[in-house]
Amino acid sequence: MTAVAPPASARATTSTQLGRHRRDVAGLTFHVLLLIALLFSLGVLATLVLSVLVGGLPVLMERGLSFLTSPTSANPDKAGVVQGIIGSLLMTAIVAMVAIPLGIMTAIYLEEYAPASRLSRFIDINIRNLAGVPSIVYGLLGFTVFVTFLAPATGGTTILSAGLTLAALVLPIVIIASAEAIRAVPHELREGGYGIGASRWQVTRELVLPSAMPGILTGTILALARAIGETAPLLLVGAVLGYFSSGNKGPLEQLFGKFTALPTLIYDWARRPQSEFRDLTSAAIIVLLVITLFATAVSIYLRNRYQKTW
Amino acid sequence: MTQSSSTMPVARPPLLTGTSTRRRNERAVRTVLFLAALVSILISAFIVLSIIGQAISFLAQIDLSQLTAEGWFPRRGMFGVSTLIVGSLLVTGIAIALAAPVGIASAIYLAEYSGPRTRGIVKPILEILAGIPSVVLGFFALTVITPEVIQVFFPTANGFNLLAAGIGVGILTIPLIATISEDAMRAVPRSLREGAYGLGARRATVSLRIVVPAAISGIVAALILGISRSIGETMVVALAAGASGGTEFTTDILGPGQTVTAAMAALATGSDQVTGSTAAFQSLFFLGLLLFAITLGLNVLGDAFVRRTRQRY
Amino acid sequence: MVMQEDVTVMQDDPIAVGSEPLERQPATSPSLSPEVFGAQGAPEPVIRLEEVSIWYGLFRAVRGFSTEIRPNRVTALIGPSGSGKSTLLRSINRMNDLIPGARLEGKVLYHGQDLYGPRIDAVEVRRRIGMVFQKPNPFPKSIYDNVAFGPRLSGFKGDLDGLVESSLRRAALWDEVKGKLKSSGLALSGGQQQRLCIARAIATEPEVILMDEPCSALDPRATLQIEELMRELKERYTLVIVTHNMQQAARASDRTIFMTMGEDRAGYVVEADETNRIFTQPSNQLTEDYVSGRFG
Repeated sequence: MTAVAPPASARATTSTQLGRHRRDVAGLTFHVLLLIALLFSLGVLATLVLSVLVGGLPVLMERGLSFLTSPTSANPDKAGVVQGIIGSLLMTAIVAMVAIPLGIMTAIYLEEYAPASRLSRFIDINIRNLAGVPSIVYGLLGFTVFVTFLAPATGGTTILSAGLTLAALVLPIVIIASAEAIRAVPHELREGGYGIGASRWQVTRELVLPSAMPGILTGTILALARAIGETAPLLLVGAVLGYFSSGNKGPLEQLFGKFTALPTLIYDWARRPQSEFRDLTSAAIIVLLVITLFATAVSIYLRNRYQKTW
Repeated sequence: MTQSSSTMPVARPPLLTGTSTRRRNERAVRTVLFLAALVSILISAFIVLSIIGQAISFLAQIDLSQLTAEGWFPRRGMFGVSTLIVGSLLVTGIAIALAAPVGIASAIYLAEYSGPRTRGIVKPILEILAGIPSVVLGFFALTVITPEVIQVFFPTANGFNLLAAGIGVGILTIPLIATISEDAMRAVPRSLREGAYGLGARRATVSLRIVVPAAISGIVAALILGISRSIGETMVVALAAGASGGTEFTTDILGPGQTVTAAMAALATGSDQVTGSTAAFQSLFFLGLLLFAITLGLNVLGDAFVRRTRQRY
Repeated sequence: MVMQEDVTVMQDDPIAVGSEPLERQPATSPSLSPEVFGAQGAPEPVIRLEEVSIWYGLFRAVRGFSTEIRPNRVTALIGPSGSGKSTLLRSINRMNDLIPGARLEGKVLYHGQDLYGPRIDAVEVRRRIGMVFQKPNPFPKSIYDNVAFGPRLSGFKGDLDGLVESSLRRAALWDEVKGKLKSSGLALSGGQQQRLCIARAIATEPEVILMDEPCSALDPRATLQIEELMRELKERYTLVIVTHNMQQAARASDRTIFMTMGEDRAGYVVEADETNRIFTQPSNQLTEDYVSGRFG
């Protein structure tokens, strides 16, 4: 049977069908729609940053360092963010000292030590639920436990209470991120340790933790960045809106006095009717964003550099 | 043949039972770690305890008819919860109407269309968006979205309005929905896609008719968790929707309003700050209980869907 | 070849003859006595398995396994995949403890002591019975720190440099790495990494080294190097290897245990004997079928 060449007309059609770029309108539209969605996010981000810069940069340039070192005031020409900065810094320190060790220890327990029991599953589910609780509810917790119940220890509505409240809020994030990092450590590494007679803690401390450290660090930094930006719980724990003087107290004394933080300061200024305060708010936002965006950038960078040299 | 037996520079406990110090240390480590893990349970317990006591005392104090008042004016004894719930629903509805399409579309793009270079740009943008504090977005909603966007289309809109708040919350929720949806789509095995591509299907078709349906549990989870997050959002509404003294029942999104969360913030920061055991103050806890219960229910549901995606593959 | 070594070992081997009296239980296990100088003048086994069954939850992976491991020999475990060889090997140094739901019935006797007894510490067991795995898994540390890891954990106070060097020498790796002890263990070739893992196991001064398919991830040249190494290692240590490569078992081992999977999906011993007998005159038809390649 000899092969019959397809008739010339059929050949031509086929080659046009395969060769010519059939305009795929629907697919193209879809692609464009997707891009629009992405550009929307980018656009919003850009607009936000721009508006904040436009409003706030002039203030920063004009006032310079005095903006960062003055306390808040009714007078827009004098108002500054120093109390917010100190408050936020002190709170972040408390969060770091409380939530990070507790979180990492909990993650180690869950991943390396916990038996497959109902209690372990309950702890796990509980942590995941805690991660989804709205932040203002943590404010209620902070108010009841730290401000009221533990008043003798914390002094009531103080930075200490605020810091502990934020620590509770951020704890689930640290746990989940650390647990993921620990889980990602390959089991061959552990086996190598156990196989030559290392104990569980020795394997955890010498092999698993060092290997998981980049991931744990990333999660920790993200958690701290989140803590710095929180406002609602602080409102319930007594952050002062309005004016107060921190006097000449050192930071340690300020732990137990009236306080505010950058986000609550921003909230306060944003609600003031004087138009000058709008730009002041933008300037304060710049300070806050610099801190949070820096932290986010560091954690992204750490995560990308995760590839170990070893 | 050499006959050296192994030399043993390390003292060997004879009965293979190990030294008691090491065993004690191991047990101590395990105990400490276990106690750390218990703290998380303590926190949950305290949250529940903190809320329930005062919430019940609130309900005991008031006349239940106050709960059906036409409006939420706590200092006047009007505790119309439905006002707040409707407010929350409106804001959440607007937020999801914005965040769902944008988030899912971004996820489709990241999962099906983008190369490593575009990913390297898009993902950080989403992460930065996710890291923006809500008070900043509230300020943005108040000072940019309302005047430049809403009042452009609706010149009669109030300077404080629920629409701006909803858009602001939506912006905050986009990264959450995008990330979870993208994870779900990436979990869809390549073989499913390749089968379709092999038949000559185009990318749009494969994305919409193969990947999205396959990832639907994860996408639903993303939406549920997004809703939960939107309901729990406070500061955007507090700043952009005004109404800190209270609000009457309204469905006008172009006017001021309150959500459950913003009402709680208002109670804590009102100019005549309420304290103590007054009903107004305790309504704070009642709202907290409501909020906690709703978000807990949504989160459990959302997690269940997330687990369903993991199970499939 | 095998027969000669048998006799030589009996005469020269000091291990069997009471060099570690502390580790012997007083003779409460009557089965010991006839074994001291058994039928063929074979030395007392280092490890004895008596009716060992291993369960993962409700699934039995190994059943009724009884055998002995004799000192300063290479014992090979062969059999088709799924027959439970690795599971059995791991049970000897209690690595299965790490798997939730794993359980062992029967006895694993090490110099007469049941390793699964009530007060036995698995960590101590593994320091005396070390393990090398299929895929080389050096720690992400320097070569020096890899080898020094074990001794440091047990509080070694002596000459660490010397111990590292002698371990690397015994693993036939010293010459290749002596100039770069501080470089990463992961930067070595596959065969070198595996020898590093062997050196790492040797550094804890074990008596027995278990190897779970140590060559299956390596190229043929590295494989032969490891087999050559095994011949040297058995002078100081007792080796048990699992291998799916029959030729390797024939080349490198003194004694071979053949196990296979029964109809209940549990592995069991079919035959255990001197290697050359297993491969040339097996007593069991199944064995003969396996070694002649008819299945597995």
